[in-house]
Amino acid sequence: MRLPCPICGERDRREFYYKGHALALNRPDPDADDAEWDDYVHLRDNPAGRTRDLWYHSAGCGAWIVVDRDTVTHEVFGATLAEDAEARDAAG
Amino acid sequence: MIDLDLTDPLAGVSPLQAPGVTLMVAGLGPLTLILPFRGKEDAVGAALGAELPAPGRSVQDGDRRITWFGKEAWLVSGAAVEADLSGLAAVTDQSDGWVAATLDGPAAREVLARLTPLDLRPTAFPVGAAARSELGHMPAAFIRTGEDRFAVMTFRSMAGTFWHELADAVRGVAARRGG
Repeated sequence: MRLPCPICGERDRREFYYKGHALALNRPDPDADDAEWDDYVHLRDNPAGRTRDLWYHSAGCGAWIVVDRDTVTHEVFGATLAEDAEARDAAG
Repeated sequence: MIDLDLTDPLAGVSPLQAPGVTLMVAGLGPLTLILPFRGKEDAVGAALGAELPAPGRSVQDGDRRITWFGKEAWLVSGAAVEADLSGLAAVTDQSDGWVAATLDGPAAREVLARLTPLDLRPTAFPVGAAARSELGHMPAAFIRTGEDRFAVMTFRSMAGTFWHELADAVRGVAARRGG
């Protein structure tokens, strides 16, 4: 599998560290209720299909990126820098 | 005060010559890592008297080489950084933290193809290109310094494995080429 790093271009999967679903970027407010925090900390979907997840370009440029890919077909649709995805999510 | 001697992690290693490629230890001179503070890239470039190269690029200017070295990071090699960058960037002297080797010859790319997943074809990685990637299982940096010439760097603590992997790949390629 090759991932399109927004900074370095297309790179081999072994240069990346896998973190997990990109919901880690949507941190609840500190005073959110327990159910919301429980969901954020512990609960993950296991989608058969399209998913967005966080990867760290550890052996490359050191950027955190959000990769949009399909877990069934292994197709990779694209990637954005996590900082950009976070800003976009925050802007709604 | 204790007097510390700077030792060479690849001392006693001889250049390896094979058909199509020569592997040599490379002296990089002083190494300074520069991490400009947010929005200060242009000011850092002005203080250094050079434009900071774009991601994936490395520029040689006299003795000094400036290499893009990761997200918002640049490495200055070959000459000490005299400019005052206080307030502009985080600066660390990494001169004793890295080892480097040069692969020179038409088979240089073939040697590296055994060790790194990088696309090193001239269209994807032309002269002046730079990348952080892996060499075997080691984090490494690559610069194409000429048509058939590459500089490869890794952490000093991995010098032995680094040389072993490179020398092994050189011998393997030489054997396949009938050397």
